[in-house]
Amino acid sequence: MRLTRATVLVHGALVVAAGLTLLPLLWMVSASLMPAGTSSSYPPPLWPDHPTLENYRILFARAGVGLHFLNSLIVAVAATGLALVFNVAAGYAFAKLEFPGRRRIHQVLVAALVIPAQVAMLPLFLMLKTIGLVNTLGGVLVPYLAGIFSIFLVRQAALALPDELLDAARIDGAGEFSIYWRIVLPLLTPILVTLAVFTFLGAWNDFLWPLVILNDGDRYTLPVALASLSREHVPDSELMMAGSVVTVIPVLVLFLALQRYYLQGLMAGAVKG
Amino acid sequence: MRRPALVLLLCALPVAIAACARGETQTVLRFWAMGRESEVVTELLPEFERTHPGIKVKVEQLPWTAAHEKLLTAVAGDSTPDVCELGNTWIPELVALKALAPLDARIAASTGIASADYFPGIWATNVIGGSTFGVPWYVDTRLLFYRTDLVRDAGFPDPPRSWSEWQRVLAAVVAHGSGEHYAILLPLDEFEPLLALALQQPEPLLVDGGVRANFASAAFERTLDFYVGMFRKGYAPGVSSSQISNVWTEFGRGYFAFYISGPWNIGEFQRRLPPELAGRWMTAPLPGPDGPGASIAGGASLAVFGHSRHQDAAWQLVEYLSRPSVQERFHALTGDLPPRRSAWESAAIAGDPYARAFRDQLERARPVPQVPEWERIVQEMRLVAERVVRAQLSVHDGARELNATADRMLAKRRQLTAEGATL
Amino acid sequence: MTRGQAGLLFAAPALCILAVFFLLPVCAALALSVTDFDIYALADLRNLRFVGLRNYVELLSRPLFWKALGNTLYFTAVGVPLSVAASIGAALLVNSRLVRFRGFFRTALFAPVVTTLVAVAIIWRYLLHTRYGLINFGLGRLGIGPVDWLGNPHFAMPSIILFSVWKNFGYNMVIVLAALQNIPEDLYEAAGLDGASAWQQFRHVTLPMLGPTLLFVSILTVAGYFQLFAEPYVMTQGGPAQSTVSVLYLLYEEGFRWWNLGMASAVAFILFLMMFAVTALQLRFGRGAET
Repeated sequence: MRLTRATVLVHGALVVAAGLTLLPLLWMVSASLMPAGTSSSYPPPLWPDHPTLENYRILFARAGVGLHFLNSLIVAVAATGLALVFNVAAGYAFAKLEFPGRRRIHQVLVAALVIPAQVAMLPLFLMLKTIGLVNTLGGVLVPYLAGIFSIFLVRQAALALPDELLDAARIDGAGEFSIYWRIVLPLLTPILVTLAVFTFLGAWNDFLWPLVILNDGDRYTLPVALASLSREHVPDSELMMAGSVVTVIPVLVLFLALQRYYLQGLMAGAVKG
Repeated sequence: MRRPALVLLLCALPVAIAACARGETQTVLRFWAMGRESEVVTELLPEFERTHPGIKVKVEQLPWTAAHEKLLTAVAGDSTPDVCELGNTWIPELVALKALAPLDARIAASTGIASADYFPGIWATNVIGGSTFGVPWYVDTRLLFYRTDLVRDAGFPDPPRSWSEWQRVLAAVVAHGSGEHYAILLPLDEFEPLLALALQQPEPLLVDGGVRANFASAAFERTLDFYVGMFRKGYAPGVSSSQISNVWTEFGRGYFAFYISGPWNIGEFQRRLPPELAGRWMTAPLPGPDGPGASIAGGASLAVFGHSRHQDAAWQLVEYLSRPSVQERFHALTGDLPPRRSAWESAAIAGDPYARAFRDQLERARPVPQVPEWERIVQEMRLVAERVVRAQLSVHDGARELNATADRMLAKRRQLTAEGATL
Repeated sequence: MTRGQAGLLFAAPALCILAVFFLLPVCAALALSVTDFDIYALADLRNLRFVGLRNYVELLSRPLFWKALGNTLYFTAVGVPLSVAASIGAALLVNSRLVRFRGFFRTALFAPVVTTLVAVAIIWRYLLHTRYGLINFGLGRLGIGPVDWLGNPHFAMPSIILFSVWKNFGYNMVIVLAALQNIPEDLYEAAGLDGASAWQQFRHVTLPMLGPTLLFVSILTVAGYFQLFAEPYVMTQGGPAQSTVSVLYLLYEEGFRWWNLGMASAVAFILFLMMFAVTALQLRFGRGAET
């Protein structure tokens, strides 16, 4: 008897908690299907009486959200690809390849972890201005190219690789690059997926830097476009909800598909700390 | 290792694509416009593109609230458009940034644009240090939009003309109405109402050639006191415009009877108010401390950017949008008022009862100080006023704090002026 | 190619990028913060002056800076404990032996973390609407009068805190969950044999075992909460009455709205020093608690 009551209590609390986290997201979807102007009434409707896709049509036809979606996609994919190239190689080198100054550089990187990215933001803008990357998607990418956290995440995973395996390959006459390509990368696949998901979500969701570096409306990423639209269209809540759906759903789907890797990476980071 | 080359390539890709797009034979003009105008102007452009083959205009719509920020960012990042709509109070700032192309030679050579046809006060806001950097597109001054029925029901057949009369009308409207309602809407995130009232005083807001603030003056304190009083006495709700989901609906519902706004709202009110409200609202000049008062000589200008590679095409667009016939259409679409006397002579504008008060008010329009720091100062004025309204500061302390902050913002200008730099 | 050369070759691209696009700008920011770089300097570099520590001194004398600092500390001091407490509570629930559909609940509670901040902030802006928002509607049903969440200077920051807790608690929940699963079962069995109640078990077994994790989690969360920006940018634009202006919001306004890059860099360094000091304090406090 006590057991069942406790079970009911625990599940009740969980259902309430899950309701609180999911309700705003469900309302977003519901409101995005309401005809313009109907969500701002009292009592606030939970469900559209006459569901419509009109908001999405306006969003893509008039507000050009398709373009912003494409921009976000380009930025997130390119950022993910480049981050993998640079951070994985560096992380592996820090774990398994002794090179001059490695310890010193490692210490510098650890120290640099405490510097918030925003400190670099102002001069970075001026630098990118001189090389013509302001107001380009290339400029948005710059901060994602290499990250200290990402390097350490890969280093942590690479440390666990058995040295004997690498040494055996060297004895067989394999070059360092082919060892990296044929042995290390396949073994690191889980952490590569983790890193990819983190970078993709980070780049897709980022706001401050794209807001600063992009100026041309056509080049806006989704979050910047959405923030700008929301200032212009305060009364059009249904339209804004449709925009939020378009922005949020891709990352939610990606997360659901790859959540095992994402959560593992999250916990790996925690254990290391 | 080919990776760095790959990155450079990837980074350069968008630039390259943009460059290719520009390289086509057709000139694509990037035209930035704001708010309602940016939507309406697209209806005027097909004719321009037809009569100017080889030029295509790409309009970018900026919300007014973000426009100033975006313009400065564009200048700082060398990504300015070719031609732009500008609030005329921003021109000094962009000229200080050396962002705008001087237009004097083009104006002198132009057959369509004659400065003598423009209201001189408005034209003057575009002239900095003897050079002209913009051509007025429309004039904008702030005055009263009010519900004639509610004011009449409260016992006043005519709109107020002085501050004291206005106070009596506001009190009566609040006392007379029913339900949750106020007499006037003064959104806390808009500086224009307070600025308009402040310009009614004889004391200038900046002194010593625009390098020292003058907000500690008794005159400004009187204005601030009058403005804040409208909230303290319950005539105005202490809200910002984002909390009023829809100004037109609330005006129609009688949530407030007075609203200080500009000409574009003539069109918006006609379009958006429910039909039964027709004939139950009117515009009136802004009441002053003693009798009809001054208001802001505002407006928007069209300017060409110095970095533009299509300045000739940009100028053709400016000339086209300045034609009296195009201005009349623009007025019909927006209610925005033309800056040219010849356009005012058209029957549509001369016969518009809502425009009459504006014509009257324009005779008493006063310019704001022409300094690059003005936008920042006026935003600070709004923030201080909000805190006074919310009783976080007294009127006296608010005025003094504003004065100190504005003086600090002008420090660099004082220094540069003292060193003899020409600003 | 020796192993050392290979190591250099592998690490060099990332290190060069970090040096050029991160460390160099950080040093440049320090240099910028002792100049009066503003729009006059942007137009003509001859208008740039060295001003020593004047930006810092001036900043410390500005009421808005103190306001922004106070707001940021308020947000952090209330938001972090709430957020961590919610994470612990949720982790305990999800970790309970009684739970079925554990995976579903974990995913549901985690979902807000991966959503786009700007998009969900916009959702919440409508949920918090005074007259038409679902939150006030729900409170109205409970007999609580409408609250002007984002329009009242006293409620705007609590609204943003509420939103941030909703958005962030899932992240720490997952970390705490992992730590909970690492606590050896026999510790609870032993405590159970000693007749410890559920609360006593939590107090004397769970919490001490979670210690290092909680320290880690709170350091990360504090660092994240110090960087409050997008929430006020989207939900309140710093208002009402500047009650949601954060230090980073101030930096953005100074730097990218008014282009006082010198002053903005000074704000950036003060933010950095503050975060550094708080992290150091936490580490010290944490180590003290462990010994």
